[in-house]
Amino acid sequence: MNEFKTFPQGGIHPREFKVYTKDIPIRNAHIPSIALIPMHQHMGKPAECIVQKGDTLREEMLIGRATGYFSANIHSPIPGTVTDIREMYLPAGLKSTVVVAELAGEFDRAGKSSQKKDWDNLSPKELIDKIADKGIVGLGGATFPAHIKYTLKEGIRLEYFIVNGVECEPYLTADHRLMLEKTEEIIEGIRIIKKILSPENIIIGIEENKPDAISVMERTILDRKLDIEVVRLKTKYPQGDEKQLLKSITGREVPSGGLPLDIGSVVSNVGTVFAIYEAIVYEKPLIERIVTVTGSIIKNPGNFKVRIGTKIGELIEECNGLYELMVKIIAGGPMMGFAVHDLDTPVTKGMSGIIALSRKEVPSWRETACLRCGRCIRVCPLSLNPTRLFKLIEHRQFEEAEKNGLFDCKECGCCGYACPAKLPLVQGMRLGKLMAKKKAK
Amino acid sequence: MENGNTLQISSSPHFHCGETTPKIMWSVVVCLVPAAVWGVYNFGLKSLLVLLVSIGAATGTEFLITALQKKKSTLFDGSAFLTGLLVGFNMPPAVPGFIPILASVFAIALVKHSFGGLGRNWMNPALAGRVFAMFCWTGEMTTWSAPLSSPDAFTGATPLALGTEKFLGTGSYLDLFLGRISGCIGEVSALFLLLGTIYLFIKKIITWEIPVSYIGSFTILTFIFGGIPEGHGIFSGDIFFHLLSGGLILGAFYMATDMVTSPLTWKGMLIFGTGCGFFTFLIRIFGGFPEGVSLAIILMNIFVPLINRCTKPLKFGLVKENKK
Repeated sequence: MNEFKTFPQGGIHPREFKVYTKDIPIRNAHIPSIALIPMHQHMGKPAECIVQKGDTLREEMLIGRATGYFSANIHSPIPGTVTDIREMYLPAGLKSTVVVAELAGEFDRAGKSSQKKDWDNLSPKELIDKIADKGIVGLGGATFPAHIKYTLKEGIRLEYFIVNGVECEPYLTADHRLMLEKTEEIIEGIRIIKKILSPENIIIGIEENKPDAISVMERTILDRKLDIEVVRLKTKYPQGDEKQLLKSITGREVPSGGLPLDIGSVVSNVGTVFAIYEAIVYEKPLIERIVTVTGSIIKNPGNFKVRIGTKIGELIEECNGLYELMVKIIAGGPMMGFAVHDLDTPVTKGMSGIIALSRKEVPSWRETACLRCGRCIRVCPLSLNPTRLFKLIEHRQFEEAEKNGLFDCKECGCCGYACPAKLPLVQGMRLGKLMAKKKAK
Repeated sequence: MENGNTLQISSSPHFHCGETTPKIMWSVVVCLVPAAVWGVYNFGLKSLLVLLVSIGAATGTEFLITALQKKKSTLFDGSAFLTGLLVGFNMPPAVPGFIPILASVFAIALVKHSFGGLGRNWMNPALAGRVFAMFCWTGEMTTWSAPLSSPDAFTGATPLALGTEKFLGTGSYLDLFLGRISGCIGEVSALFLLLGTIYLFIKKIITWEIPVSYIGSFTILTFIFGGIPEGHGIFSGDIFFHLLSGGLILGAFYMATDMVTSPLTWKGMLIFGTGCGFFTFLIRIFGGFPEGVSLAIILMNIFVPLINRCTKPLKFGLVKENKK
């Protein structure tokens, strides 16, 4: 076996907490009686709501149409009626139009056996159109619309298509379980994407803390005699970020401000690959995803197949409640996820986990002065100087901060994790980016 | 969930490594305890008094200044306590009480707080306090007591003041290593100081760059040129004597590594440490003082902003060509 690969600069090793859910099979969450479906669940422009209050919905019906190119379709996760259309804040602080649907009527797919569709005679263009039509976005968290990612400019030679099975965030096991349980489907999904992109190499990157996923993937690939390589990676956060993953696997760096395509690569999360499989083979739009609901205070944590629009509170109740009072709920992983203020917040396409934390687990936040210890610099995977950026932002020198790479920061949280002064570095970067953009206008 | 329990909101990351400023400061204090105990054993209770007076003056000044500024008291972050302890470490055991007090007040009030408090000072406060006392009361600061642990040792002179040959006439390298010598309260025992650093390394409070480059450059230079003042040729310096005497171990592991006044990146730390080694060598071997650790570190403190500017890490994704 080859040695474990990883990226050289920065990164951290937070405690994993994956043990709560890594051996628990994915089960279907209850179909929500009320679904809240935001129109802005992806990177780019929000979808345009094409239903009205009182409309009858069918399962998988298009309810939000992509506006322009950089956007994605939204489909109804449940059959029923639209009882309200209102504005709501999502965890990321984004305000979005939300369609409120009440369950009623019959399911078109759920509970029925679906026919597999043959996709071999579809052209790459047709496949991409289908992916766009089904509203597939990157499920790793960035929610980049898949059809845009896969539309390559004429004449571009794609060297690598990389499947991201890293899942480096603590607690989360959704991708891990998916790789174990839907191996065949993911491989089939990879074949679909291979047809679209025709890359020279296909690589699945998995961290060494998921040995079962590595072996099951390797075995399946071997059985089917496919030309796909599984690369074992040393466990290190934030390896699941595509820039870090590409550095780990190919040794190349995505240029500052650029995309993986600039170094001849496309990266997709295993969840996305699975969604593409379902979209092409079963013509199923993206109306559900795998969510890890976990935390030490949750009685029965697990991995759930959840309909988009399900309320977070309902999901937590499905885990038979809590041992202790929770004081913080995180949508996503603990390093990059967002704290949720409302239990009625719906699950969206990009939400890979729900983590409930008790008082003990939430660090108290007593800042001290910066010690200039340089730890933030040591852990920054992008070789930035977080403490300097933070100071520049404090002094409102946004241009200087930009010159020092403010917009390269992906808010992975390594600096905030390592800072002994507990400075809100990531919050500072976010604020800085916001102010710098405002100032530029 | 529906019992009126409120949910906390904050920016990511929601995890923290658990290391905090007070933890770091108090850890360093704990690591200095063995050396302090040895100092008191070696020089008697009067040295304990010196340590206590220094700490008292430092924490008192810190408290007063934050109170006058109506800021939240920073007493419990441990940094003033640590500064006081280090000032005491750098005092001769028989020093008159007012000197450590003034040195601590100077360190905290002038060197630390006049620049804005913790994290803003550009010079190591404890060393600044020592150098201040050294130049103001040179006589008192160079009056040494004989070590109680080694009754037949020279009284009134540190090994460095005696010089290699004269010291080795009666003392041994083991005396140097264990600390059965005269000197400042905290600097004499290399053994106990090194014991403390084990924990600092394990907790990654200090990293290898500064101590290794400091001691490395100093060792090489001393080996090559160290014998010259005593009439020998090059490559005849007594490395062990110079490594184990004076404040080199204390300086290299505890003072030069002060986070606030050392560079941010590992490259910068290597430059900084090498510079410290060079100046320590220069002052010790060819300078007018027997000891040069404090001055060398303070000198290099001045260069830190410059070093930081020259060793800015190259941002990810700026590599022009990609290896095929």
